[in-house]
Amino acid sequence: MKQLVRVAAALTAGVLFCATPAAAQQSSVLETVKSRGQLFCGVNTGLAGFGAPDDKGNWKGLDVDLCRAISAAIFKDPNKVKFVPLTAKERFTALQSGEIDVLSRNTTWTMSRDTSFGLSFAGINYYDGQGFMVKRSLGVVSAKELSGASICVQAGTTTEKNLADYFRSNKMEYKLVVFEKLPETIAAYNAGRCDSFTTDVSQLYAIRLTLGKADDHVVLPEIISKEPLGPVVRQGDPQWLNIVRWTLNAMLNAEELGVNQSNVDSMLNSDNPSIRRLLGKEDTFGAAIGLDNDWAFQIIKLVGNYGDSFARNVGAQSPLGIARGQNALWKDGGLQYAPPIR
Amino acid sequence: MAKLARRDGAVKQTRQLTDYFYDPKVRGILFQVIVVALISWLVYGAVLNTVNNLEAQGIASGFGFLDRTAGFDISQSLIPYENTMTYARAFWVGLLNTLLVAVLGIVFATTVGFMIGAARLSQNWLIAQLATAYVEILRNLPPLLMLFAVYFGVLKTLPSPRESLALPFSSYLNSRGLYVPAVHWEPGFGVVVASLFVAAICVIAYWAWARWRHTQTGRQMPILLPSLGVIVGIPLLAFLLMGMPLSFDPPVQGRFNLTGGIALLPELIALLVGLALYTSAFIAEIVRAGIMGVPTGQREAAAALGLKPGQILWLVVFPQAMRIIIPPLTNQYLNLTKNSSLAVAIGYPDLVSVFAGTVLNQTNQAVEVILITMSVYLVLSLLTSLFMNWFNQRMALVER
Ligand SMILES: N[C@@H](CCC(=O)N[C@@H](CS)C(=O)NCC(=O)O)C(=O)O
Repeated sequence: MKQLVRVAAALTAGVLFCATPAAAQQSSVLETVKSRGQLFCGVNTGLAGFGAPDDKGNWKGLDVDLCRAISAAIFKDPNKVKFVPLTAKERFTALQSGEIDVLSRNTTWTMSRDTSFGLSFAGINYYDGQGFMVKRSLGVVSAKELSGASICVQAGTTTEKNLADYFRSNKMEYKLVVFEKLPETIAAYNAGRCDSFTTDVSQLYAIRLTLGKADDHVVLPEIISKEPLGPVVRQGDPQWLNIVRWTLNAMLNAEELGVNQSNVDSMLNSDNPSIRRLLGKEDTFGAAIGLDNDWAFQIIKLVGNYGDSFARNVGAQSPLGIARGQNALWKDGGLQYAPPIR
Repeated sequence: MAKLARRDGAVKQTRQLTDYFYDPKVRGILFQVIVVALISWLVYGAVLNTVNNLEAQGIASGFGFLDRTAGFDISQSLIPYENTMTYARAFWVGLLNTLLVAVLGIVFATTVGFMIGAARLSQNWLIAQLATAYVEILRNLPPLLMLFAVYFGVLKTLPSPRESLALPFSSYLNSRGLYVPAVHWEPGFGVVVASLFVAAICVIAYWAWARWRHTQTGRQMPILLPSLGVIVGIPLLAFLLMGMPLSFDPPVQGRFNLTGGIALLPELIALLVGLALYTSAFIAEIVRAGIMGVPTGQREAAAALGLKPGQILWLVVFPQAMRIIIPPLTNQYLNLTKNSSLAVAIGYPDLVSVFAGTVLNQTNQAVEVILITMSVYLVLSLLTSLFMNWFNQRMALVER
């Protein structure tokens, strides 16, 4: 009898507790991150140039740098980040459930993800597009020749639908093989299960370098989709969205203004009002996003500007050697254009 | 509570109200009602809370997504499917693919398992040892690892599509699968199908007659050969008479793959082989235990009656062993069905891969999708259990 009463009481308590909706959403993400002393950042499980641990276990990459920059802005330390490796399938659930504070993992900004997933994209840190990689020995030079081919893709990406659209609109046939994880997808492509592997072109370049003899594989010239990649946060905390968005914008504006990791200290004495605002010598933009006024100075000092990060991770100084192309600043003919800090 | 007590109290006025509270029967019912009410409330609260939370987070909910266009392709489908069809259609494609592996896997695992189980008890030392090694190795490997080993093993050994292995009947084998000619029915094939039905009815009638004769006279009629003759012979005759109303669409070499024909994907083959091997090791042990569970006296008595070894096995040992085998066998069937969801790792488009994978990711309706997927597995498991329980009852000792 006593036992039963106890069970009943527990059940009642459970219902009452459950029925209080959204009790979790009370404190802001910034407060949570600060009191935890660490930023939880969702990254790729291992994609050279974007998010991958090096041989010493340090995370490196363009997407990783963005999280380090957020950490620098908040903590004046680029290393207060816990990197959470996520597969394509896991990433959105991890963000929605609060397992991570920000997702920075070559994720395409699409309308459905931005609206019905309960998420907000904070900007675009890489303009990409989907392409195809094939074995050179096949002698294929254009994606238009791929009719009848078997194509390997990874589940949980925008890739599956793009592929269906492209082949349908070109009235071509194809045979699809979908794998849950990247290593199996690539292993299957390598073992000859598929004629082609398709994903965002930047990723094709990164993966090509891991395939033994990279020269045996070619990336075809056709780009079949727009893949604007950027950081994502949960909806409902505008301050946190602003922090992530303006961290990226600060990195882009710094490059535009010629402020980089090596000259940022001397730039503190600049008379250029834009630079003075960026580095917190004028106005109070830090306070506007709940941070100290030297937030952007810390980002540039500890992580670098966008150009520094690009060159180091995917550009000229990296094994990938990807040209700036669409990712050049707007004044250099590219698409990267950040709203001003004003 | 008070109401219940009062009504009863009106009938039997001699008893006090508190008596009912101490009546174990009344109390039992009462507490069950309370518990059910509480649990319903709890479930209701949980559902309401989830819906509220999803809404507060700006995440879409509801089942309307099932009618939207899927927009992605699926590598294997037992029903017509195109990327312009709905998510609901994709669900059925995935479900049928799961059922296909589950059913075929169960058939293979059972066949192999019974053979290995019998082999473990063989008088032949070598056969018994080999069977033991088979069981010990296979049941101690994680199934996912086995799937990877089989899948990539298969891919690595099979030739590329340009160097396909030619098999009889215009079939080909390569790293993209096993290609067999597709068969199309021409008018007149209906007659062949009808004749098959007629043949089947004849055979069943013959069995009944043979059985009756056996009980009457004790004389055995040959069963297998005449049945086979009729089942194959009559339709064959009809087929020839109708002028062979079938046409074949053999696979032909295209630029990348063979086109035409029907392809059995390497993912399906690997998944079947992996699951069947793994489960067969457990089934073998169950069969061995079942056979050993039949008292030796039974065997000796059968031998004393002059039955041949094969007859002893089929007529005396197996029917009794089955009673021991079926319940644990059911567990293995359930395991195999559930393990088939490992398909997603090697690219086979089962329910988990198609629905709880791609559909979930495109719609982001995790709660709904996972709920549906779990219900499907629950229903499949319950159906399997129901069937096996029925089968078990049929096999149970009929005591006279
Ligand atoms: N940009 C696309 C594709 C991104 C994506 O997930 N790409 C895969 C294929 S390269 C990947 O990074 N996989 C690594 C992993 O899952 O760990 C998207 O957002 O859906």
